[in-house]
Amino acid sequence: MDAGRRHALKRGGGVTLLALIAAAGWWKPGDAFAAEWNKSAFDTHSLDETMKALGGSAPVPSKDIAFFSTPDIAENGAVVPIGITSQVPNTQSIAILVEKNPNMLAAVFDIPAGTEPSLSTRIKMGQTSNVFALVKADGKYYMASKEIKVTLGGCGG
Amino acid sequence: MADPMKIRANAIGDSTEVKVLMSHEMETGQRKDAQGKTIPAWFIQNVQVMHNDKVVLAAQWGPAIAKNPFVSFKFKGGAKGDKVKITWTDNHDETRTDEVVIA
Repeated sequence: MDAGRRHALKRGGGVTLLALIAAAGWWKPGDAFAAEWNKSAFDTHSLDETMKALGGSAPVPSKDIAFFSTPDIAENGAVVPIGITSQVPNTQSIAILVEKNPNMLAAVFDIPAGTEPSLSTRIKMGQTSNVFALVKADGKYYMASKEIKVTLGGCGG
Repeated sequence: MADPMKIRANAIGDSTEVKVLMSHEMETGQRKDAQGKTIPAWFIQNVQVMHNDKVVLAAQWGPAIAKNPFVSFKFKGGAKGDKVKITWTDNHDETRTDEVVIA
């Protein structure tokens, strides 16, 4: 039995079902959720690996990327507020990387035109580490880094 | 079913500020329970924010986002009364969508 063929058949069946649902109007293509998750990028341990998985070259340090509302010392590594603003023209995405976490990449935010290249969120840090703000603009990568000291880790335990 | 998100969307000048607090364990897969067994990873992988029919923010997350994730950002446009809709999907394929009216 050709497993590849069976798989293709199954997948084909799935598409048909979606198409039927779409035709019935229960599911609008506009609602299509791009549930794409770059597993290889979230599995990396170094900046080089992460850049390779994201399909980019080595990022250029940039003064146009700034951290805001980000502490120098985090008392609780389980909740570390991070704010990143990019002044790089045509910023397409902002990623947060933590150098010493078990996996380096924490998040990638895609910034469509019309959305301000500035956001804040909260991350976990296992220990004191550099945090990188990686910005993709016009297909090129730029970054800034900041060391955050952690007095109580957020991983393991 | 996961608990609803707390979403706030406020029109400020010609922009809309969105703040969202999601309810999710965001288990890293690194922790061990009392018996020394690894607690399996369980975290939100994809987030999408829509204003009317336009995507205003899309994100991919790893388990390093803090428990009960918080995100705040601004997009241009958006009038009072417009809808902002947020959807997340986790690595167990569980998903939740909530929407709020811009105030």
